[in-house]
Amino acid sequence: MSPTERPLEHIPAVGLTDVSMAFGGKTVLAAVTLDIAPGSVVALLGANGAGKSTLIKILSGVHTDHGGEVRIAGEPAALHSPLAARRLGIQTVHQRIGEGIVPGLSVAENLVFEELAQARGNPFLNGRRVLARAREIQAGLDLGWSDSLLRRDVSELGISDRQLLILARALATRPRLLILDEPTSALSAAEAERLFTLVEKMRDDGIAVLYVSHRLGEIDALADRLVVLRDGRLTEDQAKPFDWDSALRAMLAQAQEATTARPVREGSAGDVALSLKGVRLLEGRAPLDLDIRTGEVTGVVGLLGAGKTELARGLFGADPFTTGSLELDGRPYGPRRPADAIRAGVHLVPEDRHADALVPGWSLARNISLPFLKSLSRAGLMNTAKEDALGRDTIAALGVVARDEHSTVEELSGGNQQKVVVGRWLAETPRVLILDEPFRGVDIGARRDIGRRARALAAEGAAVLVLSADVDEVLEIADRVVVLAAGEIHLDACGEDAERDRVIQTISASV
Amino acid sequence: MTTTQSTEVPTKAAIPPATSTAVRVQNAVIKYGFIFVTVALFLYFALSEGSFRESATLLDTLRYVSVAAILGLGVTLTMAVGGMDMSVGAVAGLGVSVAAHTMVVLNQVGTVAILAVLAAGALAGLLNALLIVVLKIPDMLATLGTMFVIQGTKLILVDGQSITPGMTLDDGTTAPGRFTEGFLRIDRGTVLGIPISVLVFGGLTIAAWVFLARTRWGRVLYAIGANPEAARLAGIRVGAYRALAYVLSGVLASIGGLILASRIGQGDVSAGTSQLLEAVAVALVGTSVLGRGRPNVWGTALGAVLIGIITTGLTIKGLPYYTQDVVEGAVLILALVFSFTLSKRRTA
Repeated sequence: MSPTERPLEHIPAVGLTDVSMAFGGKTVLAAVTLDIAPGSVVALLGANGAGKSTLIKILSGVHTDHGGEVRIAGEPAALHSPLAARRLGIQTVHQRIGEGIVPGLSVAENLVFEELAQARGNPFLNGRRVLARAREIQAGLDLGWSDSLLRRDVSELGISDRQLLILARALATRPRLLILDEPTSALSAAEAERLFTLVEKMRDDGIAVLYVSHRLGEIDALADRLVVLRDGRLTEDQAKPFDWDSALRAMLAQAQEATTARPVREGSAGDVALSLKGVRLLEGRAPLDLDIRTGEVTGVVGLLGAGKTELARGLFGADPFTTGSLELDGRPYGPRRPADAIRAGVHLVPEDRHADALVPGWSLARNISLPFLKSLSRAGLMNTAKEDALGRDTIAALGVVARDEHSTVEELSGGNQQKVVVGRWLAETPRVLILDEPFRGVDIGARRDIGRRARALAAEGAAVLVLSADVDEVLEIADRVVVLAAGEIHLDACGEDAERDRVIQTISASV
Repeated sequence: MTTTQSTEVPTKAAIPPATSTAVRVQNAVIKYGFIFVTVALFLYFALSEGSFRESATLLDTLRYVSVAAILGLGVTLTMAVGGMDMSVGAVAGLGVSVAAHTMVVLNQVGTVAILAVLAAGALAGLLNALLIVVLKIPDMLATLGTMFVIQGTKLILVDGQSITPGMTLDDGTTAPGRFTEGFLRIDRGTVLGIPISVLVFGGLTIAAWVFLARTRWGRVLYAIGANPEAARLAGIRVGAYRALAYVLSGVLASIGGLILASRIGQGDVSAGTSQLLEAVAVALVGTSVLGRGRPNVWGTALGAVLIGIITTGLTIKGLPYYTQDVVEGAVLILALVFSFTLSKRRTA
């Protein structure tokens, strides 16, 4: 029976047969066969370096020299460029939202940008026509965007609305397959909720969705089917309801307890390392007091805009606090710039590793040594042997998967890049280590490695502060949980008191 | 031994596909292309023109390029921090006038003139640093502004005239001083047969290379150029280091000015103007040497030598001087093709 004779609903929207890919002799994908049915949400799971990005890049027409066959609606398809992939109905929304937004244009122009960028039709921009089309797109998706919002400059949109915009633009072309790569990594729970509604609407409209996420809760709620990639092979294929134990085992090889949060421990706390008094995180909000102790991991949970990053950057001197006072080990501490904080032993792993931490094109060894060049040099001359040794030590200590310390950071997967950034700040033992969203776009394996290292550091007597929007991530690593909402502390609990439901209730009560 | 051999089944993954002959040739071209072109041109001129082979010609070539090369080193430093210094030619020109004024009008010795020129260069660098680091003006525009300001200020101070020994001053008297013998030796003198200006060029190249490639300060400059926010959050005083790059560039440009003053032997008002584009070209050509795609000291030095060989060679071949700009421009564009187009394709 030829594909065309089969009933329509049985023809996969996109079908992969024995798709493989190798880079420089290293097999990244090996004979992946996967059919994605129209009107279904397929979740793709996998640790860092499992081949998820490669698979996405093949489907979106970036990697063209792959083996095997890709069929679209039953017909063999040549995805020889990103444009070809889009024309064939495959739309991809990438993890980094900024990449799709054109600054300086209005929201409406951004919405219809894809159509504007096509060379067909009238080359002159017609404000009224653009607005009419944008209105159509937003109405079709129930975005609830008014005309005045559509006319505004896109830079006035918040991050979650930008995410929706990119999504709406992808959907405006009525794709067969929509690939969502970590779509919620920058969204708060409420914003993610809005996205899920949209995804469900797409599925009901018959669009196939390939959903890549590290957040198991989302997948559990949203996906109809899940597949796991491990070392370039599909190792697991489940229909709903999912057996998470089995899925995680397939992903991480060794048996792992499911992501039920472990009870928060108590009684390990030491002295107060860092003390905040009367610090105002957000304009117009009450000032807060907070003591961060040695020997424990303090987790700060809060939605986007709760003031987490303000707290982290203020303590590090990147954006100094304008009110209140700080004490470090009982002595006044007022960092005006990161250099002051580092000298005092306060280190920060920033929120966005690409923008704020990694030097592109540099080797791991050089990226790791950057904050502490002084101790690796004599009379200014770099001791590269010592630097390379530090790179190797860091790779070993954090289990970075890399060829060697001379690999460039671009060769690494997201989780391994994050390990490099964390490892950089352990080259000299910190008194206080601040980790701002350390697990964003990081797989569970890397998350556990980083968490283990942070806990070990606390056990050695340092104070560790972890800030995240993900409750489970924080509960997994922290001894003490602080709930931050709109720049104020709503809960500060240890042990039994910091139970998952209570934390979530506190957050939702504060909204 | 035998067992290991027998179990070695050639798998698809074991064949490295990225190192086909074509790719290897392309990588070699990107990496060594410029060095090859330099050597080939050198051999061509040396074999076809007898006078090119004479060591005097070679040293003259190096002497000729030393000014643009030293200015180029300064541009390289500012490019390392992700910036650009368009004022190097003007600063060198300022150096020429300051040297002439100090010796001819103020009747001072050569050492004083040298110190005055270096101070002027450092001041010009500080002005650039102020505009770029403190007032946040984009580097290219700020240094373009200082270029005009420095040139204009210089013209006002010398009444638009060149300062020559024995000239009549404003008050009717004759200028008391002259270029000292020692000062003139900077460009004309030799040590062990090598012109002093060439030695200065060589010494500064080595010093700049050690600084940029071997010290932590150089590392920091490159880090700022590649990701300034990451550098700041790694505890680096980004503003201070960027200022340092511009001050060093100013000082290097003024050293170029010293050589130029010594060569001309008078305070020529238009000196330094033509050096700007050569210096920028040399630094840009330098980014393509060894396929690094980023500013580097050896690249800049080699780029200067290459341009020197071409201009000298073509001059000996009888090409008129006014064809020089076209040739230099073509070399620059070829270098940019190496640096951007070809290396991009390789990494893609």
